[in-house]
Amino acid sequence: MSDIQREEMSYDVVIVGAGPAGLSAAIKLKQLNNQLSVCLLEKSAEVGAHILSGNVFETKALDELIPNWKELNAPINTKVNSEEFLFLTKKKSFKVPNFFLPQSLQNHNNYIISLSNLCKWLGEFAENLGVEIFPGFAASKLIFNEKGEVSGVQTGDMGLDKNGNPKDNFEPGINIKGKVTVLSEGCRGHLGKEVIKKFNLEANNKSPQQYGIGFKEIWEINSENHKLGKVMHSVGWPLENDTYGGSFCYHAENNQIFLGYVIGLDYKNPYLSPYDEFQQFKTHPEIKKILTGGKRISYGARALIEGGIQSLPQMHMPGALLIGCDAGTLNMPKIKGSHTAMKSGIIAAQVIDKHISDGENLSIYEKEFKNSWLYKELHLARNVKPSFKWGLIPGMIITGIDQKIFAGKLPFTLQHDHADHESLELAKNSKKIEYPKYDNQFTFDKPSSVYLSGTNHAEDQPCHLLLKDSELTTTYTLEEYDEPAQRYCPAGVYEVELNPETNKQFLKINSQNCIHCKTCDIKEPSQNIDWVAPEGGGGPMYSGT
Amino acid sequence: MKVLVAVKRVVDYKVQIRVKSDNSGVETQNVKMSVNPPDENAIEEAVKLKEQGLVNETVAVTIGDDKSQDVLRTSMAMGIDRSILVKTSISLEPLAVAKTLAKIIEKENPDLVLLGKQAIDDDSNQTGQILSALLNWPQGCFISELKIEDKKLFISREIDEGIEKLETSIPAVLTCDLRLNTPRFASLPNIMKAKKKPLDVIEIDTLGIDIESKIKVLNVVEPPKREAGIMVNDVKELVQKLKYEAKVI
Repeated sequence: MSDIQREEMSYDVVIVGAGPAGLSAAIKLKQLNNQLSVCLLEKSAEVGAHILSGNVFETKALDELIPNWKELNAPINTKVNSEEFLFLTKKKSFKVPNFFLPQSLQNHNNYIISLSNLCKWLGEFAENLGVEIFPGFAASKLIFNEKGEVSGVQTGDMGLDKNGNPKDNFEPGINIKGKVTVLSEGCRGHLGKEVIKKFNLEANNKSPQQYGIGFKEIWEINSENHKLGKVMHSVGWPLENDTYGGSFCYHAENNQIFLGYVIGLDYKNPYLSPYDEFQQFKTHPEIKKILTGGKRISYGARALIEGGIQSLPQMHMPGALLIGCDAGTLNMPKIKGSHTAMKSGIIAAQVIDKHISDGENLSIYEKEFKNSWLYKELHLARNVKPSFKWGLIPGMIITGIDQKIFAGKLPFTLQHDHADHESLELAKNSKKIEYPKYDNQFTFDKPSSVYLSGTNHAEDQPCHLLLKDSELTTTYTLEEYDEPAQRYCPAGVYEVELNPETNKQFLKINSQNCIHCKTCDIKEPSQNIDWVAPEGGGGPMYSGT
Repeated sequence: MKVLVAVKRVVDYKVQIRVKSDNSGVETQNVKMSVNPPDENAIEEAVKLKEQGLVNETVAVTIGDDKSQDVLRTSMAMGIDRSILVKTSISLEPLAVAKTLAKIIEKENPDLVLLGKQAIDDDSNQTGQILSALLNWPQGCFISELKIEDKKLFISREIDEGIEKLETSIPAVLTCDLRLNTPRFASLPNIMKAKKKPLDVIEIDTLGIDIESKIKVLNVVEPPKREAGIMVNDVKELVQKLKYEAKVI
């Protein structure tokens, strides 16, 4: 396809991904200098449609960016008014008294929101400032100039058939050039992954990056079970002691609750199914009580970044910045990444403004970042996630000492030992897990869940889940690990089927089901799966998530 | 020759429709809205006719609130020359839509009106037909092929018996089937250009027509859930169940 004539457009700044980080960068850029031309590409069909988050929102960064957000009717209405932290066993639950909880887990002054709705609102705000937002356009490739600096992105070709040949409605992608490119694709962005490798941005990292997979369902529940403004977290059952994870349950507007589960992708047992752990969690008496009489109206899943400051790559490179969860600014003990992503975007805008108007080098990002509250916050949070490598109880004790007594100021930094794809044990050394059948009342199978995510990809397009070596799926992941993809994928994209002719099992990839969570790209033990952006507009159609 | 295309803003076909908890209608808040898919075929056909040199101007019309401008921008990004928003905050029934379009047609004087065969939100499948009656113009519905020669229209329609071929003259009202063409993607540069194309806004009150609803919606409910299947032991039991429980034989 190299002989295609591609149109070209030029901007001062090209931003990839309309999440909290990218939108904040775009808004701040326009606030600093209205003359700057800013282009924002978003692969989902509209802003917010690929945004899935808990979300208990800390307004700190938004207060800085748009101080009068309240008067402007930002969709931030439900203040947290009560909190519960539960330790679950199979049948029982134990309430952890709030005064035992570290500051980072106390949520007064925060709001229960839909981040998808907030991003939609921020998108309109940005457009009113003159930011040109193009939803439905995926940035598929990076463009480099003759000096090897990032000089923009190429949007994906539209209208290719599954063999990569142009169809009737073929529309070639175009080159969008920018003086600065900002990558804010969210956790494990495929361009972010490329620049981290190309510019060796993790060279000074003490720890490999860490990830988790998060699930979220929205339920409309009986009003007598609904307590507007209540936040509940749990750890424990159904996860084993050695698996990092926990649940959230937030009582939002309109009798809705946001129910979710996060599991660290450093889990060891290839038979573990994060999806089924979440489904099973909903059958705990404490949760069933809330859901009884309710109706599930939405489902989604997304990988999130958990490595913290010790895994954070260098965020600047020639011609580009890497921000938000594309780099990894989430605060794990707070389980919050929105305000930190937004702050990283605000800093990016300030740096870019200085770069374009005063010729400052983009590398000043490092200094600006280190001088910000964002760095301080992530620094204080750094020891929580790695302390759980010794198991749930030791992790909670160390976290208690670190966060409650020393407020994150212990004079050492715990490191993460392995990358998540290295953590799986061989299938033959692992215990098989039997998950209970779905009851279609509290628990559901993957197809009916994916249906609720509104996922759709144009039919007859090239598969966007690339295998570096297709042999490995049988000779390695299937034989050694019993193909964990069939369990870690939250959308049933990967299925192991029997070929009746050869009588051998093979991996079937239903890429049209993909909800763009990127877990396969992270967890596949041989790093064989490469997630790339499918045709723009495809993927889930989240709303209110 | 001039073509007018009627476009409706509907809940995107990929969205899982949900009935509002008070049963007053379908949830549209924070839901993605798009151009009604068969209307995209109408837009594509109009743009194609212009590219073939058979038409010299294409105009898109929609009826709705300010947000409906987005479907007009999309139409213009696909190649429509200019557009008109007839502004109202009320959702109109097919008769009122057709009356409104007839008024616009009076002003614009097109030779051909293209519409989608129906809208995917209410599936009424009436507007094109009512419009042709109001204008007293010939109609071609569910067209899957269109050829224009010497101001004559040659139309194909897919019907149960096969393909029906019709011939008629202009001016005419045509409603488009999904089979008519493959709508193009709006390219990024064309989306930019569409932002600068003319978009006129007309308040519906200024048209002097009766748009009052003749139908009252009492209640909107989801279809009942399909019950799970059961296993039967033998043919006898199957027949029994079909006869006495399902009452289908």
